[in-house]
Amino acid sequence: MSTFRIPGKGRVDSTKPVQFLFNGKTYAGFEGDTVASALLASGVHLVGRSFKYHRPRGILSAGSEEPNALLGIDHGPGRVEPNTRATVIEISPGLKTISQNHWPSLERDVGAINDVLYMLFSAGFYYKTFMWPKSFWNKVYEPIIRGTAGLGKSPIVPDPDIYASRFAHCDVLVVGAGPAGLAAALDAGRSGAKVLLVDEQAELGGSLLSETDAGVDGMTGWAWLKASVDELAGMSNVTLLPRTTAIGYYHQNFVGLCQRITDHLASAPEGTPRERMWKVRAKQVVLAQGAIEKPLVFDGNDRPGVMLAGSARSYLNRYGVKVGDSPVVVTSHDSAWLAAFDLARAGVKVAAIIDIRPAVPEHLTTSASALGIEVLLGWTVTGTKGRLRISSLRAKPIDGGVAQAREFACDALLMSGGWNPSLHLFSHTQGKLEWREDAQVFLPAKHIEQSRCAGAGNGNFGLAKVLAEGAEAGVAAATDAGFSGTVSAYTVSDELDMTGVSSRELPTDKNPSTAKAFVDFQNDVTAKDIRLAVREGFKSIEHIKRYTTTGMATDQGKTSNINGLAIAADAVQRQAPAVGLTTFRPPYTPTTFGAFAGYSRGGLFDVTRKTAIDAWAQERGAVFEPVALWRRAWYFPKPGEDMHAAVARECKATRDSLGIFDASTLGKIEIVGPDAAEFLNRMYTNPWSKLQPGRCRYGVLLGEDGFIRDDGVIGRLTTDRFHVTTTTGGAARVLNMMEDYLQTEFPDLKVWLTSTTEQWSVIAINGPNARNLLAPLIEGIDLSEEAFPHMSVATGRICGVPTRLFRMSFTGERGYEVNVPARYGRAIWEKLIAEGQAYGITPYGTETMHVLRAEKGYIIVGQDTDGTLTPDDAGLGWAIGKAKADFVGKRSLARPDMLKADRKQLVGLLTADPKVVLEEGAQIVLDPNQSVPMKMVGHVTSSYWSVSLGRSIALAVIEGGNARMGETVHIPMPDGTLRAEVTGTVFVDPENTRLSA
Amino acid sequence: MLLIRCPYCEAERPEVEFTYGGQAHIARPQNPSATTDDEWRDFLYIRANPRGIHYERWRHMHGCGRFFNAVRDTVTDKFVMTYKAGLPRPDQAELEAARS
Ligand SMILES: [Zn+2]
Repeated sequence: MSTFRIPGKGRVDSTKPVQFLFNGKTYAGFEGDTVASALLASGVHLVGRSFKYHRPRGILSAGSEEPNALLGIDHGPGRVEPNTRATVIEISPGLKTISQNHWPSLERDVGAINDVLYMLFSAGFYYKTFMWPKSFWNKVYEPIIRGTAGLGKSPIVPDPDIYASRFAHCDVLVVGAGPAGLAAALDAGRSGAKVLLVDEQAELGGSLLSETDAGVDGMTGWAWLKASVDELAGMSNVTLLPRTTAIGYYHQNFVGLCQRITDHLASAPEGTPRERMWKVRAKQVVLAQGAIEKPLVFDGNDRPGVMLAGSARSYLNRYGVKVGDSPVVVTSHDSAWLAAFDLARAGVKVAAIIDIRPAVPEHLTTSASALGIEVLLGWTVTGTKGRLRISSLRAKPIDGGVAQAREFACDALLMSGGWNPSLHLFSHTQGKLEWREDAQVFLPAKHIEQSRCAGAGNGNFGLAKVLAEGAEAGVAAATDAGFSGTVSAYTVSDELDMTGVSSRELPTDKNPSTAKAFVDFQNDVTAKDIRLAVREGFKSIEHIKRYTTTGMATDQGKTSNINGLAIAADAVQRQAPAVGLTTFRPPYTPTTFGAFAGYSRGGLFDVTRKTAIDAWAQERGAVFEPVALWRRAWYFPKPGEDMHAAVARECKATRDSLGIFDASTLGKIEIVGPDAAEFLNRMYTNPWSKLQPGRCRYGVLLGEDGFIRDDGVIGRLTTDRFHVTTTTGGAARVLNMMEDYLQTEFPDLKVWLTSTTEQWSVIAINGPNARNLLAPLIEGIDLSEEAFPHMSVATGRICGVPTRLFRMSFTGERGYEVNVPARYGRAIWEKLIAEGQAYGITPYGTETMHVLRAEKGYIIVGQDTDGTLTPDDAGLGWAIGKAKADFVGKRSLARPDMLKADRKQLVGLLTADPKVVLEEGAQIVLDPNQSVPMKMVGHVTSSYWSVSLGRSIALAVIEGGNARMGETVHIPMPDGTLRAEVTGTVFVDPENTRLSA
Repeated sequence: MLLIRCPYCEAERPEVEFTYGGQAHIARPQNPSATTDDEWRDFLYIRANPRGIHYERWRHMHGCGRFFNAVRDTVTDKFVMTYKAGLPRPDQAELEAARS
């Protein structure tokens, strides 16, 4: 079957056959093959349909720059990946690959009608076609665009693989293990520097893997390669990373590497990560990424069988595969001649070499004639034929007439428009580029990072030059990293000097309106599209690129950018730099989400903080909700109860007798020092100096802008020690804010701040029987009303364990908060549950807590406030220390906007229909009959079913709400407008008699 | 990811250890009540948005916890220098000269 394999040629292991599937059919290859080389060995060129026109497409290249041969690969359930490049995927036993973007089949594709409708799809067709009528957008255009957008099919089940990530540090990171990279790594390694050498391919060697002519130091290129890799592998200070792509080059020599570990293996040990993301900080970086061959731009240059000449040479020399039986070469660069020569020497009949240059070095024509290859100088290809594979081409002298045209039968056309340095990583660093008008290339100029470029990626072609520059770069990098070494000298034999020219699109003898000379194969952009964009007024490449989509596919224009730029520059009639080079962005090649996510998925995606009592709640079947990073018990359903029933029972039990609640997640900050009270005076709105030790106060914290940031009860333990509580989500933020003021605005104050959130378990006991439960268990604290009234704090012991006991309430009932060291939290909780059975003690969750506090009009910062409410807006004006000269935010409260009567103010709402519970977030209007869009005057912030009242209650912010008591407002909902009366915010026990009941 | 030198730890550490704290050298007025509405507005909300040298506050959040000041170039993102809170603002002309 592999009739295009040439026995004895190439580096694949012919003793290790590998079978895989392409579109359901079994193909054979060898270990060392890519999907592309194995398919070509079987004579398969047609591997996909193009994105826009559904044109048949083949394999253009032999590397990661491939724009055409994009396949879906299937390694089993969940291991499905679209748009992988056949030119880099190594074959493995049983690997399933499928072609994309066609229906019903690759050979017969209905979507190919787009190719005939070419005129409709030219540059900017999205912008032009889908403009009007407006009503068509939602129902017609968008569904069509979405249906046809994207290439390939996404996986539909979770990825079962694991992905690893790690940090690494090194002295010298060498990117690219071609001859330049190898020379750099060898000399850097010999200096003793810690070296990382990475290459995206399975085998180190780069261009050497495809080079069979030149020798180094008296050895063949391959022998030198083996000796070099062996030496590097033997150095303990050198790490070799094949199958590893340097995807991005970030600040201060931070480079991301994606290493592919298992995809090429038939099986891997359980637990082996599929890929590993390396985050490397290198002292010095050597970029030796090589160059990418440019296609020539002519009509029909995208037909299967048309490919890059250098790639055809790679398939022959590296994989032992001839890409056709009767190839023709068309080129503007010497290097393509070598492909023709190598193929001819391997027994392939090369029909012709067509070179657009009027003259070429003599040694080329001499060799061609010796090999019996016809040479046409100053000629070009004007078109190709063949439905699913090229079958012939037309050629004519560039300056000649149609009459001179000739037809060549062929099954492959090998093209070369010269070579372009791979600048991507250098470009990531914002390194400055320099345009060489003679060579029509951008080259790296000024380095921003501690880096250097070497080899073809630096514009230096030829093995001798590349090795020399690599060695020099390796020693220089090692030296800058603090080592010293000598630059190795290499003797290169049998190397030919390569020359070439650059061209724009080539002339055609076809009707220009139907000619399709492709620049960007992946996004189906032609030379004509680019010229059209310029005619329509686009002058900058950044605009041309977006209008035509050239260079915007997943290959980031690796094979198309410079051709597109040259054509645009020609159309604009300026030099390329004036039109600009598009910006390369990481990643260098498409990278899996798995590699980026690494270990951060599932339970490791984010921190889940749990209290000491969390496990008890889980064992009792609590339903949880996330609150900031914490998970908190939401409610405790009994068998058969839904949330509504459970919350109703929990509320009633707490108001009637006794409820118990895990409040451990509340933020806690210990503020200590001789100036602790003064610090609190400056931070909080309230006055603190006169608060007696043993007493508590509700504190309100503002930002400097006067808006509420946080609140909480603060207890004074001694004159110089305060126990501050914050909201659950605000703890870290509040501590940061306090540190900020203490360090930078009030450094004169002697105060120390310590987070104690995790040190204390906090158990809230609420209800008429709260004291009855606690009294027998507490030692050292007199719980009588006189000694320990509402808003008190004291230290003592509970069940023998030290405690800070607070008397406070977030429910309106008699309440205590038992703080014990976290390690005793669960034991004390269980003891309280056991002792509380006499009172029907009922554990409740955050939902019941919310209902009970809303019945009392206690706000939750972040729910009833949103960063635009002042204390007055929230009904907390009483908490402002009016006599204080200053506190954070005080000045802002006097700004004119803060004093307006129509500010949104917190009010209560009672719906006209008591059974209706409003939706939180619902918008409020004054006049339900006004035309839409209505003027919205506020929104519902909290809304619950109140068991105590047997009706719904709500809190809301409404413009000028305080002056609207008793008024009716309206809440438009999808199925009708609801009515509600504006009330005060306290719905239950406004006299606070129950606090001491 | 940037490397940032903490002037208190006297060590370079990765960016993830730090949090940004806004523009530096904006002192809270000694007596806010004495400021005009416009002065107070400027203190609260008006910030520089330079192309180039920018004075910033950073906190070594997951290290020593100290707030410090930094000079950073908004074009390259890179830090030019860091210095302890309370030290005077480095002269911009000198910084430009030192960098070129
Ligand atoms: Zn520090």
